Amino acid sequence: MEIPPTHYPATRAMKAVEHYINYHYGSPNKIFTLHGVKKATLEDIPGVGHKYILQCSMKDMVNEKDVGVCNAEILFHQDQKTAPKVECRFNMDQITNSQAADNEFFTRISNLPEPLTAEYIPDSYGHIAPGMEQIRYLGYLAACYIMWQNSTEGTLYNLAQIRSVQQVVTSADFLEFDYTVLLHDFVSQEIIPWQMQVLWNPKEGIKVERNARKPKSCGHY
Amino acid sequence: MMLCILALIATASAGPWGQLFKGEKVFRVQPKNEEQVKIIATLTTLVQLDFWKPESSSQISPNMVVDFHAAVDEASFVQYFLRKSGIEYEVLIDDLQMAIEKQLDSQYSGYNHSYEKYNTWDKVAAWTAEMASTYSSLVTREEIGNSYKGRPMYVLKLGKSSTSKKTAFIECGIHAREWISPAFCQWFVNEAVRTYETDKTMNRLLSKMTIYVLPVFNVDGYVYTWTNNRMWRKNLGESPSRYCTGTDLNRNFNVSWCSVGASKSPCSETYCGSSPESEIETKNVVTFIRKHISTMKTYISVHSYSQLLMFPYAFTYDHVANYKILNTIAEKAVRQLTSLYNTAYRYGAVAETIYPAAGASLDWAYDEGIKYAFVFELRDTGRYGFLLPESEIKPTCKETMVAVKYILNYVLLQ
Repeated sequence: MEIPPTHYPATRAMKAVEHYINYHYGSPNKIFTLHGVKKATLEDIPGVGHKYILQCSMKDMVNEKDVGVCNAEILFHQDQKTAPKVECRFNMDQITNSQAADNEFFTRISNLPEPLTAEYIPDSYGHIAPGMEQIRYLGYLAACYIMWQNSTEGTLYNLAQIRSVQQVVTSADFLEFDYTVLLHDFVSQEIIPWQMQVLWNPKEGIKVERNARKPKSCGHY
Repeated sequence: MMLCILALIATASAGPWGQLFKGEKVFRVQPKNEEQVKIIATLTTLVQLDFWKPESSSQISPNMVVDFHAAVDEASFVQYFLRKSGIEYEVLIDDLQMAIEKQLDSQYSGYNHSYEKYNTWDKVAAWTAEMASTYSSLVTREEIGNSYKGRPMYVLKLGKSSTSKKTAFIECGIHAREWISPAFCQWFVNEAVRTYETDKTMNRLLSKMTIYVLPVFNVDGYVYTWTNNRMWRKNLGESPSRYCTGTDLNRNFNVSWCSVGASKSPCSETYCGSSPESEIETKNVVTFIRKHISTMKTYISVHSYSQLLMFPYAFTYDHVANYKILNTIAEKAVRQLTSLYNTAYRYGAVAETIYPAAGASLDWAYDEGIKYAFVFELRDTGRYGFLLPESEIKPTCKETMVAVKYILNYVLLQ
């Protein structure tokens, strides 16, 4: 059944696909945005859940380039506990190769005189300190894992802010960080703090190991 | 030392005193020996130099760091002379005027209101007074009541005529963390007064209509986002919970109150309050709108984020009676908006576009009889979300302005 591409069922499904794509294909120098759903259909699979088939435009946000159309399928399970199953097709040829930039970032952070530590990225005014953009994107990719895993037809997640990041120096093969992020769910309007242990290197991409939803604080996040 | 000097000059050159130091340069030299000291002394006889360090050329000695300022006409000669004499130099400041202005910006941004920055509540409050006093023939300031914590809720009344047949209301900042919203209301007022003489549409709007602007609906919440929690949404009203505070003002209006998309839990971000209009801020706006209801034709509520232009209803999927016309207006307003910077906007009735939610100001305004009611969700779509960079304030406000003017003008011409 076709559904309106501009209304919320399609846009929530698209957002969950966006999280999936960034977690699986993104890097600190390669971030994707999905926008402008052109066509959307909804299929009810009895006993399983709802499947959305979407066609939308895709953009490489870091290089500010349109990279063509994304065709995706996302299945939301009716138990609302299993992570949505996503399949997608898009043209990898259009996407700028970020290997050199990723390697440079890896080397730079591996050789810092002291473990990196920062908080509130962006700050209250939307400002990101020079040199911190990739740290922010790395946190975003890790948050994409959490957001994808927790998406349902009743949620619409975005990363509101990186509350804190602390580099942990354990291995020469990976960069490791302890991130606490603030997720924003547009549907409930809640701000959800989430802590993640994040590992990354240019070859193997991102891994979110230990992670935990943190309690909502009464005042300051 | 440098900053102090700049500050001293800044006080002399600020604002209307203009471009006193445009193109002037500050040089640094370090004479290596007595011979070079003598050469610099010679230079001072050829051109007028203003010594910053030391205070006068007579105090220069070998290996001392010497800074001096040269006028525009002299600067190129100075460079030629120093080069010819084999004295190494550094241009510390390439354009003194620019350096001063930059310093002024960063030094005084703490005190000055800016349309391209996020302003504290104190600055917004002071700005409302300033607008009313500077543009007294077009702007009056009214106090429509206090917030829960006793802060004044200011409304600016824009328009030439004291008895307009049509009025409009624009409210910003009902949700504290949506900072781009109050920024837009301030921008709107400034554009209105700034272009009243020169822009035909604005002139018509302000001559034939009265536009009320509430730049910060949720004053206490807004202050709280500056002092305690940047992600706060609700007001600071009392709640039955010991641990949680605040009501979502946009769930507190009396239209199918708390039936859907709102929470009865005081700890929730969409807590609808203890009863409809339980919050003083809600009551103040309700009272004000009802006072002007016989002439009020347009209600615009400004939020962020998501890039949407929507119309009632939020509390139900049922279409309003004039759904078709509101949809057409929204479509055209969005087309105008997008034409500026290609910013993609979606439009539609609230419930089907984002979610059903009861108790919204928009629905209440519509049911009171204001048939042209719209709600904006401004930039962006989640990349920065509530933390929209200040560099985006200007383009966001410019594109939104176009859409709002379209709506106001459409209704005026009805």
